[in-house]
Amino acid sequence: MFDQADALLLARIQFAFTVSFHFIFPAFSIGLASYLAVLEGLWLKTGKGVYLDLFKYWLKIFAVAFAMGVVSGIVMSYQFGTNWAEFSDKAGPVVGPLLAYEVLTAFFLEAGFLGVMLFGLEKVGKKLHFLATLMVAAGTFVSAFWILSVNSWMQTPVGHIIGENGQFLPGESWWEIVFNPSFPYRLVHTVIAAYLTTAFVVGAVGAWHLLKARKTGTANLHARKMFSMAMWMAAIVAPIQIFAGDMHGLNTLEHQPAKVMAMEGHFESHPNGAPFILFGIPNSAEQRMDYAVEIPHASSLILKHEWDAPLDGLDTVPIEDQPPVGPVFWAFRVMLAIGFSMMGLGMWSLLARMRGKLYDWPLMHRAAILMGPTGFIAVIAGWMVTEIGRQPFTVYGLLRTAASVSPLDAPAVGASLLAFIVVYFAVFGAGTWYILRLMKGAPKVQEAGVRRTEKGPIRTAGITPGPARLAGEPITEIASDAEGKE
Amino acid sequence: MAIDLTVIWAFIIAFGIFGYVVMDGFDLGIGILFPGFAVGEERDQAMNSIAPVWDGNETWLVLGGGGLLAAFPLAYAIILPATYPLVIAMLLGLVFRGVAFEFRWRDPGHRAFWDLAFSGGSLVAALSQGMILGAILQGIEVDGRAYAGSWWDWLTPYTLLTGLGVVAGYALLGATWLVWKTEGSAQNHAYRLSIRAGIATLVLMAAVSLYTPLLEGQYWERWFTMPNVLFAAQVPLLTAIVAFLLFRSLVKRHEVVPFFLALALFLLGTAGLGISIWPYVVPGAVTIWEAAAPERSQVFMLIGVLITMPLIIGYTGWAYWVFRGKVGSEGYH
Ligand code: HDD
Ligand code: HEM
Ligand code: HEM
Repeated sequence: MFDQADALLLARIQFAFTVSFHFIFPAFSIGLASYLAVLEGLWLKTGKGVYLDLFKYWLKIFAVAFAMGVVSGIVMSYQFGTNWAEFSDKAGPVVGPLLAYEVLTAFFLEAGFLGVMLFGLEKVGKKLHFLATLMVAAGTFVSAFWILSVNSWMQTPVGHIIGENGQFLPGESWWEIVFNPSFPYRLVHTVIAAYLTTAFVVGAVGAWHLLKARKTGTANLHARKMFSMAMWMAAIVAPIQIFAGDMHGLNTLEHQPAKVMAMEGHFESHPNGAPFILFGIPNSAEQRMDYAVEIPHASSLILKHEWDAPLDGLDTVPIEDQPPVGPVFWAFRVMLAIGFSMMGLGMWSLLARMRGKLYDWPLMHRAAILMGPTGFIAVIAGWMVTEIGRQPFTVYGLLRTAASVSPLDAPAVGASLLAFIVVYFAVFGAGTWYILRLMKGAPKVQEAGVRRTEKGPIRTAGITPGPARLAGEPITEIASDAEGKE
Repeated sequence: MAIDLTVIWAFIIAFGIFGYVVMDGFDLGIGILFPGFAVGEERDQAMNSIAPVWDGNETWLVLGGGGLLAAFPLAYAIILPATYPLVIAMLLGLVFRGVAFEFRWRDPGHRAFWDLAFSGGSLVAALSQGMILGAILQGIEVDGRAYAGSWWDWLTPYTLLTGLGVVAGYALLGATWLVWKTEGSAQNHAYRLSIRAGIATLVLMAAVSLYTPLLEGQYWERWFTMPNVLFAAQVPLLTAIVAFLLFRSLVKRHEVVPFFLALALFLLGTAGLGISIWPYVVPGAVTIWEAAAPERSQVFMLIGVLITMPLIIGYTGWAYWVFRGKVGSEGYH
């Protein structure tokens, strides 16, 4: 019933599924860890309660998201061996050490300080606690650094030699491998993406509570603060992201031209200047773009900064080396559309600020709520461009995906894929729902932090002037704390 | 070369795996014992005692896996496909176990469900780990540079035995940890559980030790021929002594010592394994030298380990220190 080709396809689907699910959480926790560090820093500097309240409010959400990031990440670190054994054997000597560095410098750092960050505020004092928060934030960044270095090396492999047994072996300098040509661009673009994703989530939560406060006729100081912070991010960082994405694209054109051809939907070469295809239906079978809507010469202008610079098309690439055009083409357009919408909302917020209506423009708040989840969509779309555009190779130009897969029977891979799908949707679905529930409760004055339980290690006494509790009096459950009356 | 980097790396990986087994071992052990605890106070105390540290403990698993990929890529590429269903089961078990720490507090209405996820996930993960160990020990079919068996090879009476052995051992670690960290009725309960888990662990350890030399391969020769036996026999001897001390300290109601004696049991078990399989990494098929990454990779990583390991141990120790003391008591500090 099944053959090797099915096993390969199932393994690819499994990798794409588990990694996409995994990346949703880092995209949020990288940004949120930094946001928490900023909030705590501002609290330490100004002493204003609003920052501490927001810190504790988002800390509870962070704890849930981070747990999901961790467990889905563990799965990833074993996927290389379970499903991509050939790849692990061949590329292990190069990518293995980089992944090991990620564990040593990032995962331990995050995990080691996470406990103190979540439960330790009353135990270690403000300064040390701030240090723990900073270390967790640094850990998420360092983690992105290494994993993106690995991925970039697979996209633009340099600095290795090929051994007699077919293994990729490190060459003269590790420096060259770590800082391979596409790495700086990918790091910048991805980290900014994580910040933007977080900013839009924070902004949406702020906007939602602003709308709610408007209905009840109260002024929600916390919601204002977070909405304003998020909109500054949108206004300043979204344009930077578009610029970074453009630079990234130029880098890709240099190293992986076939990917750019797929992104642009250029089946044919254009010796006298290439159009930018806004929309169209890629038809890989016939190797042409159906129903194309084009802006003449725009592609040449964007990619070569010249009106009629010639651009090669996929007709210069043998069919068996072409990436699938459809998903790459569409995912790219989704990312662009979201990028420009993000910038649009940022500009709108600037206008609102000038008019003094930032907290008083319901239409804009609705737009911000709508934009809340778009960061995740853009991030996944971006990765689809990157990864599918790299096909049919895992190590670009050198190791084919078909030659990377484990010697497994299709039913084994199919069964595990099914198990992942069921478990991920159930477990992470529940987690997402808990996060949304936490977001539904408005941040309050003297927000409760992450608290374990009635008898938990964390008591309210300590540095924050919390509501005094008598010894022995039960501390109410967190859920009711969070949900509680506003 | 005077120093053999491959041997150093074999010890580092063994250290990583041992680190994982003892640290996440007590977390998983608490999960395994969880259904036996009374809902409310007892369960909450048990959960609280590991909530701040489990993530760091689990990271050792990533180090073990990532380190194996980096230092012995061929072994990683053979062992994981060979134990595929077990690895997937372990990972899914860890998913349930890991999220339960947060979800259980987020959703009191479904706490019973997440408690079940916590204990079920821990049990599945522990059993899978033990069976992976057994599957490696019993030998893996290799052809060229790849796994050549079918996807059910891992399921034998021997692997079931090793699986149960690890479950019992983790339960012992978890119970003795709770003896240390709890008080009152929860602690009494933990004492009783420690004794039972201790007995189960020793019985299963003995069974595995007797079964292993009967498997094909070098094991018989390692353990039962002269002069090897003079060296190897020290391990069971020490095990007997440690077991005696463990039960004595439990009866005398020591609080901290039992946990460390349980750790010592695991250390001896690891040493026994090392004696059995050295110098293979896939027993009977691939030695550590055949599987090793090139020297340039080994050196690069060794630098990283030498610099970061002391720091990691330092701040991990600090985190444990911050949360020291009894978990349920009013004066937690
Ligand atoms: C750009 C960032 C990024 C990317 C592309 C990936 N990850 Fe990730 N990963 C993180 C950023 C991150 C993080 C921010 O560091 C996480 C998310 C939440 C967390 O706990 O740490 C994490 C967690 C995490 C963990 C758990 C760490 C722990 O125990 O604390 C593992 C084992 C991995 N990841 C492994 C992978 C693998 C094998 C990937 C590739 C296929 C991968 N990650 C893609
Ligand atoms: C977290 C961000 C990432 C996302 C969302 C992502 C997404 C994807 C997707 C969608 C595919 C499937 C492509 C296809 O089969 O057509 C894929 C393939 C792949 N990715 Fe990534 N990826 C990410 C990070 C990484 C990293 C960091 C690595 C390397 C360390 C990596 C290694 C691979 C490999 C080996 C494949 C080959 C399997 C295949 O072609 O299906 N990915 N990824
Ligand atoms: C509108 C402006 C944007 C442009 C021109 C742009 C450009 C690109 C290009 C060319 C790639 C593929 C790189 C390659 O693999 O060769 C890419 C990937 C990616 N994009 Fe964008 N992008 C934009 C907006 C965004 C936004 C708003 C986000 C998320 C919030 C985002 C997230 C990503 C991610 C996560 C990747 C995959 C990682 C990587 O290769 O960097 N992008 N982008």
